[in-house]
Amino acid sequence: MKIFIEKTKENKTLEFSGSAKELLVKLELNPEAVLIARNGALVTLDETLSNTDEIKILSVISGG
Amino acid sequence: MKCSKCENAAIYEKPALCKEHFNEYFEKKVLKTIKEYDLLSKKDKICVAASGGKDSVSLLYVLHKYGYSVEALAIDEGIAGYRDESLEFLKKFCSEKNIVLRIFSYKDEVGSTIDILSKKYSPACSVCGTFRRHLLEKHSKGYDKIVTGHNLDDESQAVLMNILKAQTSLFARQGPKTSSVKGFTQKVKPFYFIKEKEVMIYAYLNGLNVDFKECPYAPQSFRAHVRDLLNEYEAKNPGAKMNIVLHYLKSRNIKTERKEIKTCSKCGMPSSGNICKACRIKAEIKQ
Repeated sequence: MKIFIEKTKENKTLEFSGSAKELLVKLELNPEAVLIARNGALVTLDETLSNTDEIKILSVISGG
Repeated sequence: MKCSKCENAAIYEKPALCKEHFNEYFEKKVLKTIKEYDLLSKKDKICVAASGGKDSVSLLYVLHKYGYSVEALAIDEGIAGYRDESLEFLKKFCSEKNIVLRIFSYKDEVGSTIDILSKKYSPACSVCGTFRRHLLEKHSKGYDKIVTGHNLDDESQAVLMNILKAQTSLFARQGPKTSSVKGFTQKVKPFYFIKEKEVMIYAYLNGLNVDFKECPYAPQSFRAHVRDLLNEYEAKNPGAKMNIVLHYLKSRNIKTERKEIKTCSKCGMPSSGNICKACRIKAEIKQ
């Protein structure tokens, strides 16, 4: 799975399949502070993600 | 998860809504706040405090969509590599929507920039906020209202920050609108009850967000610490942010809302009801 974390501008490649919520736990990210987009479309935390998905973790908090 | 209103996939959990129904939910919530708190009228000449971030652009977008007479006012603090991108986005957005945009800079108005002032004032956020409010007030003369993109997260953080610093005098500045004080333009906040996450979703769905860039001075701020604390708590206790602002709104009017004190008919102790809570629980235990 290819992951881009917007806040830190990090690109990661992970072996992962499971829910979006589980991915956030693995990445140690708070669901209150981020949104998850799979192939450009927002998904809910219960959505099952697969290893072939391209994931973008968007930052919810304001920059200032 | 499916949308609670149609067969499409949900993009938000609480409530479960698809893209189309989320947009509807969001806009209804904004319009409801405007109506319930009498924030704006279609006759008002409105000055939107804009930074080019998701909150202010979403605010301009919604108000413009529903026929409010909005103009945008932006402040360039002079923070290299941070503000430039969002201001460019704001210029493009306002040009496309035919919205008047005025930009004032600390460099011209204060004679310095935050990059320079930060060497003397640390953290820079306090002095930055003071100048931003000052310039906003100065350049909004002739408008009926200043509208800001403060959301539920901002407001619950502010309440908590004031409690933690015992700054009760600032409580009067909070709430969905400031009171009308001679010499000041009234400030209103249509996103007062909307979570920051919801604003971000709306901005993303409607192409109103620029890529995230954090102000280099923000991590040092007290607000950033309170924000992270509150996000941790909210994740475990959903509804905490809303409860904080509701508590604030209720406590503002606590004198007028205080119930008459009665005497408990069972034990004779002071009580808000005819039977005090202790006696009600005692009765439950006996059942």
